Amino acid sequence: MRASLFITCYNDTLFPETGRAVVRLLERLGVEVEFRAAQTCCGQMHANTGFRGEAFSQAKRLVRLYADAEAVVIPSSSCVAMMRDQYPGLFEELGNENLREQFRALVPRLWELSEFLIDKLGVEDVGAYFPHRVTYHASCHGLRALHLGDRPFRLLNKVRGLELAPLANLDRCCGFGGTFSVKNGDVSSAMLTVKLEDVLATRAEFCTALDNSCLMHLGGAMHRQYAPMKTIHMAQILASTQAEALG
Amino acid sequence: MSAASEHPILDPALAPPFPVGALPMLRNVQLRKNVAHAMDVIQAKRARLVAEKTDWQALRTAAAAIKDETLAHLGEYLEQFEERCTAAGGHVHWAADAAEARRIILELLRKEKADEVIKIKTMTAAEIQLNPFLEAAGVRAYETDLAEIILQLGKGEPSHIVVPALHVNRSQVREIFARTMGIKDLPDDPKALTAAARNYLRQKFLEVPTAISGANFLVAETGGVTVVESEGNGRMCLTLPKTMITLAGIEKVVPRFADLEVMLQLLARSATGERMNPYTSLWTGVTKGDGPQNFHVVLLDNGRSSILGRKTERQTLRCIRCAACMNTCPVYRQTGGHAYGSVYPGPIGAILTPQLYELRHAQSLPFASSLCGACYEVCPVKINIPEILIDLRARVTDQERHTLGKFFDPMYVGLRAANVIFSRAWLFHAAQWMGRLGAKLVTRRDGWIHALPSVGAKWTQTRDLRGLPKQTFHAWWAERGTASQQVGGSASQRVGDAASDPTLSPKSGEKGGTTSREAR
Repeated sequence: MRASLFITCYNDTLFPETGRAVVRLLERLGVEVEFRAAQTCCGQMHANTGFRGEAFSQAKRLVRLYADAEAVVIPSSSCVAMMRDQYPGLFEELGNENLREQFRALVPRLWELSEFLIDKLGVEDVGAYFPHRVTYHASCHGLRALHLGDRPFRLLNKVRGLELAPLANLDRCCGFGGTFSVKNGDVSSAMLTVKLEDVLATRAEFCTALDNSCLMHLGGAMHRQYAPMKTIHMAQILASTQAEALG
Repeated sequence: MSAASEHPILDPALAPPFPVGALPMLRNVQLRKNVAHAMDVIQAKRARLVAEKTDWQALRTAAAAIKDETLAHLGEYLEQFEERCTAAGGHVHWAADAAEARRIILELLRKEKADEVIKIKTMTAAEIQLNPFLEAAGVRAYETDLAEIILQLGKGEPSHIVVPALHVNRSQVREIFARTMGIKDLPDDPKALTAAARNYLRQKFLEVPTAISGANFLVAETGGVTVVESEGNGRMCLTLPKTMITLAGIEKVVPRFADLEVMLQLLARSATGERMNPYTSLWTGVTKGDGPQNFHVVLLDNGRSSILGRKTERQTLRCIRCAACMNTCPVYRQTGGHAYGSVYPGPIGAILTPQLYELRHAQSLPFASSLCGACYEVCPVKINIPEILIDLRARVTDQERHTLGKFFDPMYVGLRAANVIFSRAWLFHAAQWMGRLGAKLVTRRDGWIHALPSVGAKWTQTRDLRGLPKQTFHAWWAERGTASQQVGGSASQRVGDAASDPTLSPKSGEKGGTTSREAR
């Protein structure tokens, strides 16, 4: 199995440790990982801010880049949701049949990380060790667009040493929403405050998720407020072993 | 409690943009508590009753199909409704816009020589701002829905389409009733308050012979009209007066009487968390000796037909006004309804209001969402609200991006630049390098950014941002690419620790967007 990693623009820039963890995790599971250096962005930011033409050119670029990939693994549920939910409409409106065909062929080979582990590789126990109290934040896109369901919990439950702290109002948005967090900064902050109450109430050491965008939002507020909690992408928990701890 | 928050403006032509309109609401602690509590109660009831329906998803699909079929042949079904309603003794009027609807209603009232009219709760009448218009023309409209009475007497504005006075708490209701009805020792328990309202209403029901209603459904097959409500005051309005004027948006029609079976199951559970709403009134035209003897239906377009032509946006017209989307919305939960500057708040308002105005007003509303998708999940007629929000954002952006103000707006400049940057990997990598240099200027010694300039300041008003790491992922990969080949062995044997050690790898650099494993 050869997996092509789409790291996403913001993970590449802001959270390289997540990408390193995905590589380590997948290689430990016997997957050969490749990284196509020409990759940039999936176009989500532009699409969700109303820049449809720009989103289209990035989407087209991505589909062309991965056309021959065996499997594309993406450690960001919102980017996967962008591809599955928005690319069809963009290509319908602005693309040609060749591109639509190429995309249709690619769709079944696009995997969000937890989907890839559970559905493609068929593993729940990835041999991870992470001796901490952790709460899981379900990102909206993972929850409602990808329908990840209990996949994240199945993975976390098999992590040795990990104590899972249930989060109240699991299905409530943290208020990030991409440019929403800036365009509607005050409303976004109000949503964040309410979400953070639930997250901090878990008394966990770490809040994890399959999306660094929510974690950047929650983690940014935790740092501002000197809260006794950190954020960590789930890939880093799953990559962590007794021999080499991350976190 | 905030004493004097400004009077909310629910006219999209005059209301401030959403981020500004939301501010007084965010500072109104009482309002936020009231809204969150009310939403929790309604949502819990809804969830319980939806869970007991094993065919809920099938019902949603059926309802969406019924509405889609209706919208695909809307003209035919409306004409069929007109024909059947007229045959049953009703009179059907067509109003292209709010002004025409108001004029038609006023003419009908003048013919009846009415200077007073009683009203069943109708958001469509609020949409066309009927009450102030009638007031100015010398006709006093009396609301009969408890929540609407509270708002009318307290000079408030609706903040929700099903429970319009949810932002008003019990002691505020007591104060309004005591003051306007002249009751000195009115206690603030719900029983006493509803009793006060009942006394006030009974008089009106007996005195006023003309009524105005909205409609939940119009049935093309029979020419009938359906109104659902919880209090029975609507039933009074539908039976006691001599003349009834029903105002309905053209999207309210369903083809067949049997379609109500699907719609009513979904509506009651979605709206109020009830198996069946307490009062469902159905009537067709005029029945001699029973109920209103003059019956008029005003069919209102007011921007609706402009939505029909758009494939994605057309779903908007499936809406049956249950408010489940706002009850579950994390944005509405914080802001309440007034921030939306329209009688239609919440997610449905964010897509409906700008479309009713053909994007001439309310352009900020499609952006008033984190796109979390909770609205779509609960919508009984499966309106993909996030999809429509994104479509509307594109239309607003197309409209604005070449205007002088927006062309130089930092966010627009940034997004245009980002598009160029994302078009080539080397540009992206160069931008990351420059970004890191820039970030150094604002990164504190603890490695975090506490204050960003320009649009970034909206981020750092409440959150920090971790400083940019020294090495991007792709740079790390380029370094380790060669190293992992040196380590060699089958993929399953590698455990990654040696491979991930950057010290083992000579600088290889990325060339022409190739994959570093291609050689293997």
